[in-house]
Amino acid sequence: MMWQSASEFWAMGGYGVYVWGSMGVSAALLALEVWLARMGRQQALDEVCEAMDASAGEAS
Amino acid sequence: MKLFHYAAPQHFYPLAGRLWPWLALLATALALAGLWVGFMAAPSDAQQGQAYRIIYIHVPVSWMAMVIYLAMAFWSVLGLVFNTRLSGLMTRALAPTGALLAFLSLWTGALWGKPMWGTYWVWDARLTSMLILLFLYLGYIALTSAIEDPRRSDRAGALVAVVGAVNVPIIYFSVKWWNTLHQGASVSLTQSPRMASIMLSGMLLMSLAVWLYAAAIALWRVRSLILARDSQAAWVQQLPEVLAHRAQRALRGAA
Repeated sequence: MMWQSASEFWAMGGYGVYVWGSMGVSAALLALEVWLARMGRQQALDEVCEAMDASAGEAS
Repeated sequence: MKLFHYAAPQHFYPLAGRLWPWLALLATALALAGLWVGFMAAPSDAQQGQAYRIIYIHVPVSWMAMVIYLAMAFWSVLGLVFNTRLSGLMTRALAPTGALLAFLSLWTGALWGKPMWGTYWVWDARLTSMLILLFLYLGYIALTSAIEDPRRSDRAGALVAVVGAVNVPIIYFSVKWWNTLHQGASVSLTQSPRMASIMLSGMLLMSLAVWLYAAAIALWRVRSLILARDSQAAWVQQLPEVLAHRAQRALRGAA
């Protein structure tokens, strides 16, 4: 391990804002992408259900 | 030949469903390993201090932003030549991740540039061609979502993907062809890497993680695209997940 303390780790030798700004925004946007993809699946399933409802409506 | 069997969305859908959880699991494990190596095991850089650690995210997302565009061009060529329906869907599934990674490449590059070069941005060949890559992704997404007819939309998107692919070698070789502020490649196929092996292994672990993540999320997304595109098809309407979703909707409607 190359860090003496947690605060030294977060400070990143004075570059903390740049290093954690890079890692943090990357992590946040990747998490957002995963969330959006999950929403997209629900939306697609909704679309299929609507298509089924529409064809059921036509049949009756 | 099994390949053309899986070119049918109906057959690719279950395959993608079996593959993505493993890819996602492996991506997570490799990312954790890569972050540990990069942030805990690797020492600071002699010239850049701790700021160099940005490369553990910057290089992997930049590589993948280029690779994804090439993958989109590859699927597009297949689609244009063989007229396979899956090609357009795969290209579409890859684009949002490509756009996100291109943005992150620019973002992390800017945050590295500020302390190291003294500026967030320069109109330099490498940076400008990467910005163009981001615009190509956004252009692809805008164009394909503006055209209603799925076939025409796929073909128009395929053209953008194929023509835009010339930008990828321009990005890659920009540091050689032009006198740029951006440093040359740290890793290349022809020379031994110009960095300590522990730093290199952290970077490669992270690159592999981003690669597998991109594959997993694209497969996840293509499944949604297949459902929406084939929403009228009997095989989709008989899927257990569709029936379960429909039952849930009915319950919510009744409540």
